[in-house]
Amino acid sequence: MGRLINRRPGRAGQVLLGALPFILLAAAYLMASDARLAVNPNDKLLPSVQSFVDAINRLAFQPDPRKGTYILWDDTLASLLRLGIGLSVATGFGLVAGVAIGLLPLARSAFAPVVAVLSMVPPLAILPILFIVFGLGEVAKVMLIVIGVTPFMVRDLSMSVATLPREQLVKAQTLGASTWQIVTRVVLPQTLPRLVSALRLSLGPAWLFLISSEAIAATEGLGYRIFLVRRYLAMDVILPYVAWITLLAFMIDWALRHLSDRAFDWQPGERGL
Amino acid sequence: MSLISVRNLSVRYGDFTVLERVNLEVAQQEFCSIVGASGCGKSTFLRLLLSEEQPSGGEIRIDGAPIAKEPQADRGVVFQRYSVFPHLSVIENVILPMELEASAFCGRFFGARRRRAKEEAAHLLERVGLSHVRDAYPKTLSGGMQQRLAIAQALIPKPKVLLLDEPFGALDPGTRQTMHEIILSLWEEEKMTIFMVTHDLKEGFKLGTRLLVFDKLRWDPQAPEAYGATITYDLPIDRRDVLPPELEAKAEALNKEPSRNEGPLNALP
Ligand SMILES: Nc1ncnc2c1ncn2[C@@H]1O[C@H](COP(=O)(O)OP(=O)(O)OP(=O)(O)O)[C@@H](O)[C@H]1O
Ligand SMILES: [Mg+2]
Repeated sequence: MGRLINRRPGRAGQVLLGALPFILLAAAYLMASDARLAVNPNDKLLPSVQSFVDAINRLAFQPDPRKGTYILWDDTLASLLRLGIGLSVATGFGLVAGVAIGLLPLARSAFAPVVAVLSMVPPLAILPILFIVFGLGEVAKVMLIVIGVTPFMVRDLSMSVATLPREQLVKAQTLGASTWQIVTRVVLPQTLPRLVSALRLSLGPAWLFLISSEAIAATEGLGYRIFLVRRYLAMDVILPYVAWITLLAFMIDWALRHLSDRAFDWQPGERGL
Repeated sequence: MSLISVRNLSVRYGDFTVLERVNLEVAQQEFCSIVGASGCGKSTFLRLLLSEEQPSGGEIRIDGAPIAKEPQADRGVVFQRYSVFPHLSVIENVILPMELEASAFCGRFFGARRRRAKEEAAHLLERVGLSHVRDAYPKTLSGGMQQRLAIAQALIPKPKVLLLDEPFGALDPGTRQTMHEIILSLWEEEKMTIFMVTHDLKEGFKLGTRLLVFDKLRWDPQAPEAYGATITYDLPIDRRDVLPPELEAKAEALNKEPSRNEGPLNALP
């Protein structure tokens, strides 16, 4: 087997190759951290593994002396709640508007231009407006996610609805389907896989909006904590939090992918992406 | 009285005339094969019969009344592709029309009702030879099986007219043969009128009771878009299995599209 493009790893090789970058990253960190700590034992920039363990233990498994609750879990719950509500609202709205715009010429004429313009508004630029209008409470933070994610959802779903073969819509009509029946029996079921993938693609932006708004005004939340302890250069807290957020995002994405593969097994083509 | 009458039908897209002066009377239970060069407007004609599109001029009547302005259950259709719903299994595709008719809001049957509908559909699946794959999704079916499913599905609402746009165009000769037998026996059983567009003149001849050839009667080399196609040749076919020799040459020409744009075909006897 001469050419590089034809060389494939075996099963074990695949696992090994996949793990290699992680191992290299960890090793590089440990070496750099050791080197800095050898020079200055109080260095805060690259804490040792032991200080991570201590910080995690303190935040996740010891009740907070003042409130008596577990900080990491409180933060996680608060953030996931905001994320969940924001994404649910955005997804629901995106689905309704996307199907309407993609399927109904009247709705397309009325709303496609305004969606195209609104989707160009940078959501973070209107965050101050949200705080002014909705106050510093939960609503403003959820709204930022909704406003940030919905235009993408609407456009993505309306495009996917619009690319349904015209033949299918005609066929459905010749089978006696009303508009409502076409929506519920033909369009919606075929749009759901795209909805899940749009949701997966929105996860990144949604976390970005969440952490931004938590950084500015919150009393709990993963983003709030990171920005709070930044003042003390508490890398031993920040890095585990970042890792935890990454893990959460990865797990949500993984769950959605598996849901999609299982629930929509009628779909031809690409899997495992 | 004829079931379908087409009067002075024309279709223009801007300055581009696709069809003009199409006149046709079709009796109930006729099987019209439609042939013609690529791009001459055969699919457009079917779209008009379906009401997927409105004519620029003229009219189409079914049973004496102008056809509805949008596709209805009285006219079924099978396209060359995309004719079945990929998210429904074979049996679900077939019971879909029953569900749509009986359940306006849900468009869906549950429990015993659903079982009964499936039993009803089982006979039809048997007829088109799909019983063994009743729970499979269309992506796992071959092209021929998908078309048989599409035909079965289209027959459920009992359409008066069935429109087929190159339904067997993508199938191999052996599969076509089976499809021909199936469509002929269903046609006799259901007593409907069929319009079938095909590029295979032999196929059109074998299946049809009548052959319609679309072509341009007038031709302006300076402005090829100025004139549209019409029915230049309307031949009743008495169930012969062989192509008359004078049509052989024409079959050749049709298969060699689309080079022929040099003018009207020489009218056949
Ligand atoms: N919406 C449209 N706008 C402009 N031109 C169109 C439109 N629809 C069809 N046409 C033109 O009308 C002509 C006839 O198209 P049609 O699809 O009916 O041909 P056809 O006979 O079915 O061809 P084929 O055998 O290749 O399927 C083509 O030249 C096509 O470019
Ligand atoms: Mg065509």
